[in-house]
Amino acid sequence: MALIKQIIELLLQHQWLWPLVFAVVIIAVLPLLAGYVVLMERKVMADMQVRLGPMRVGPHGLLQPIADAVKLLMKEDIIPEKADKWIFWLAPLISVTAAISAYAAVPFGPVFQIADLNVGVLFITAVMSMGIFGVILGGWSSNSHYSLLGALRSSAQVISYETAVGFALISGLLLAGTLSMKQIVMVQAEQHVWFIFLAPVGFFIYLVGSIAETNRAPFDLPEAESELVAGYMTEYSGFRWAIYFLGEYAAMIMVSSVAVTLFLGGWLRPFPSVRALDFLDFLPALLLLGTAGYCFWRTPRQPVQIQKLVMALVGVGILVVAGILGWAATLPSNLPETSNTRAGILGAFWFLLKVFAYIYTFMWVRFTFPRFRFDQLMRLGWHFLIPLSIVNVLGVGTALVLAQQMQWPKWSAIALTTAVTLLVAAWLANIELKRTLPTTRPDIGQEA
Amino acid sequence: MSLDQFFFYFFGGIALLGAIGTVTRRNPVHSAVFLITSLLATAGIYLLQRAEFLFAAQIILYVGGIMVLFVFVIMLVDIDVALRRIQFTRQGWVALLLTLVLGAQLALALWMSRAGFSLPPAQPAPTQGNTELIGRVLFQNYMLPFEIASILLLVALIGAVVMSKKRI
Repeated sequence: MALIKQIIELLLQHQWLWPLVFAVVIIAVLPLLAGYVVLMERKVMADMQVRLGPMRVGPHGLLQPIADAVKLLMKEDIIPEKADKWIFWLAPLISVTAAISAYAAVPFGPVFQIADLNVGVLFITAVMSMGIFGVILGGWSSNSHYSLLGALRSSAQVISYETAVGFALISGLLLAGTLSMKQIVMVQAEQHVWFIFLAPVGFFIYLVGSIAETNRAPFDLPEAESELVAGYMTEYSGFRWAIYFLGEYAAMIMVSSVAVTLFLGGWLRPFPSVRALDFLDFLPALLLLGTAGYCFWRTPRQPVQIQKLVMALVGVGILVVAGILGWAATLPSNLPETSNTRAGILGAFWFLLKVFAYIYTFMWVRFTFPRFRFDQLMRLGWHFLIPLSIVNVLGVGTALVLAQQMQWPKWSAIALTTAVTLLVAAWLANIELKRTLPTTRPDIGQEA
Repeated sequence: MSLDQFFFYFFGGIALLGAIGTVTRRNPVHSAVFLITSLLATAGIYLLQRAEFLFAAQIILYVGGIMVLFVFVIMLVDIDVALRRIQFTRQGWVALLLTLVLGAQLALALWMSRAGFSLPPAQPAPTQGNTELIGRVLFQNYMLPFEIASILLLVALIGAVVMSKKRI
């Protein structure tokens, strides 16, 4: 106890130590979080396909990610004979480093942020765009056709969708008027609105583009199992493969964080400025109380003794977190020394809740839509999303000019330009549908 | 040595090592990886000068854009054939001579302007963000050159498409 007190006092005295602590926390928690996103994905997939999913390791498969990690760590490290060893070693590291470094600018709450960069969004875009080298170099160095084709597809896809995603980000940034991730959330708090309601088309383009950029179904052509085995990861196994996987899921959580910050109000709770809804601050604690109660209710129903024990422990853990959230909600919000703690703890909850909701959408899309063909993917990107995103930026800009210079009411300006943008979208889709669809793939067409 | 100085020499050293690696590697993909390292270190130096926007633009444009295309093209080249070809024309002596002349020139220039090395203390950082300042300068003071440059790029873009596609 005394040691913890000393550490806290040291931290309070030296403010510059905080980012270091946050960085360590993020690097420590992220692999665990990625592992549990994998479990969540398997559980959601099982639910949508009317199965149970992993049930053996721990109660309801709750310890599955740890078992998987241990298995991957103990596997033999295989490097193909003809591979370019140096680059084969380097590629997964690039992938994971790019994804994790981007977390430096993400505000998990008003306090929990490593660095409030002046160019936060640009920094994240820049660092994330380097992750593609992990894919390309990994695919090339494996010296295998499947890997090379997967890497080629992946880089073509990411380059194509980066433009649309960039323009979608710009439509949000126009509304925010700043590039700093923290300021973006502040502006949304000041204007009493999440930007998804001001730029719905921009959010939609970002959603589609971010699914494509993280190479997930229905845009997972780089690792299409039926065509390319596992794409650029074909020759990787064991721990290197796990690092690739970590990088992929870290990137997924990252794009969700950007979407949450820019379009979904970051760490703000719903209706943050309506005093009548202040009871919502107790919602996190109540939700977790309910979850803990469910865990305790299920405890006697577990089949094995050890699973009963683990389930009870999980319940106690959730109860502790619920206690912390409830304690934070009872802190007075008008005193400067407690308001930061309160907003930080509650903010982290809302931020993570929104991130997981966004990831759930990813999974929902993945298990609902069939995979695109490569030329369909390219056409969707170049013929529909990119023109639409440009029109959307023009629309949001026009709405801002109408509202600020011509004194139009903000909502009617937004409604007008959004309607125009949707009309353009309908027109573009119409042109695309009228085009005669080739029955074979055009890229291997006549010459062959 | 202050922290700023340490990081300057750190990034500078990495940039130089990366540049040397780029020209000495025989395998073009290895060269590309070294070039990426060098470009990233340069971005680090921009960050050290509090030019956050330039830092981000350097990474997005050079590393995330141009180098991806480089590697993309290199991947399609049959490396084994490329390695067997003679990659350097036999003009090493001429190159060495020119390098020495250039080095001497640079050393002379530095020596003659050594009085300017003791820089005045740095200005306090502007309260406005770096990005806002660049935007203001680009879109107010240099509006016309900026637009002309954009049109030039657009023309080049259209030209590339027209030349590479048989049927549009």
